[in-house]
Amino acid sequence: MSKKENFLKGFLKENPIFVFLLGMCPALAVTATFETSLGMGLLVVFVLTGSNIVVSLVKGFIPDQVRTPAYIVIIATFVTVVKMLTFAYAIELYDALGVFLPLIVVNCLILGRAEAFASKNNVLDSTIDGIGMGLGFTFALVVIGVFREFLATGGIQWGVYLPFFVDAPIHLFTLDWIINLFTDGFIIADYGLAVFSLPPGAFIALGIILAGFQFKKSRQIKRELEEKKKLIAERKRQALEKKKEKALAAAKLAKAGE
Amino acid sequence: MSFTVFATAIISAMLINNVILMQFLGICPFLGVSKKSSSAVGMSAAVLFVMVIASAVTYTIYDLVLYPFDIPYISTIAFILVIASLVQFVEMVIKKFSKPLYKSLGIYLPLITTNCAILGVSEGNITGIWTETMPYWEGLFTAVSVSVGTGLGFGLIIFAFSSIREKLDGSNVPASWKGVPISLVVAGIMSLAFLGLAGII
Repeated sequence: MSKKENFLKGFLKENPIFVFLLGMCPALAVTATFETSLGMGLLVVFVLTGSNIVVSLVKGFIPDQVRTPAYIVIIATFVTVVKMLTFAYAIELYDALGVFLPLIVVNCLILGRAEAFASKNNVLDSTIDGIGMGLGFTFALVVIGVFREFLATGGIQWGVYLPFFVDAPIHLFTLDWIINLFTDGFIIADYGLAVFSLPPGAFIALGIILAGFQFKKSRQIKRELEEKKKLIAERKRQALEKKKEKALAAAKLAKAGE
Repeated sequence: MSFTVFATAIISAMLINNVILMQFLGICPFLGVSKKSSSAVGMSAAVLFVMVIASAVTYTIYDLVLYPFDIPYISTIAFILVIASLVQFVEMVIKKFSKPLYKSLGIYLPLITTNCAILGVSEGNITGIWTETMPYWEGLFTAVSVSVGTGLGFGLIIFAFSSIREKLDGSNVPASWKGVPISLVVAGIMSLAFLGLAGII
């Protein structure tokens, strides 16, 4: 596997949430808005990369019987670091994530990567794997977050939970901009589907997105089957032609012999 | 220490702030073990058992060790280690003293270490109960009541969901919705129903 493939596999082919269904708890709990999902994703990137590096560095020293507790301690250390950093620099995000910040420890994705990849590969590959898989996880969270926030409020906000680059919360995009070209004084937030920012909406939104993925996958499988059928038909045709040619050649030989 | 505290904690943890449908803890066993109602019952019994012991132990550690010595910031590391070793210990004890219980719970116990509901309840206890103002026994009683309610809520939902899922297996679902997507939508509708219980306390 090349380094580029190693980095890109986490986005679609081996996406932790959409394909492997790992780490579903944060995928449902913190994706009410775009910002909280992005923040959670970046924290997971940090923890995953750090734990992958350390695990691949110490893989020779840890006895095989106690490796899972040892990995959990390494992960818990990085989670504590992240918890303190978030508390210091983004207190709004800390409050919004709540109990799901310490719960990064039991995210199956991180322990799974430590067990399946970092304990068998060198430091560079493990780092690339950690960043790639973490960004794949972030990508999935952001897709769900944008879907939910857009349906709930009709726009995407920035600056409420991640107060960087701006002084006050701003809208990255809202439907108001388009609708107000035609009418005046329309506020899309009054017509949002508020249920999508509540717990039931999380389940339904993730269900819809996963159904989309399955639809794409089933179509791909169908296409592959059709291609296979075509290939088999082509081979059969070729074999038949060869047989005919052989028979013709034999007939010619027989004629020449006469 | 009174019945009111106990009843309030149980009702609010079991029905209003349901652990699966409202707090999204323990989604993995919710989707993974809920294919048959027998395995759902076994799993929820194991979770209730470990959750009560784990929250009592972790609250004790926090209140008597971490808080007085001013090191609450290592709570995550301490809790996950305690829970992991506790699960192993409980497994050994059950194996030694009760063979039938081990037979029914045994295969679910190793899965519980990575069940985020256990760590989530322990972490929720230390943020929800004010150690400074409460005596130790009162805090412990509250923590145990909350964990009993949470465990019962987990069992209720996972059993109801597994019954729905058994029925769903025989019904005609479109190909792209089969499996997890339709289960998530069903869970969303159950969650909508439970949203209606908000505000009864």
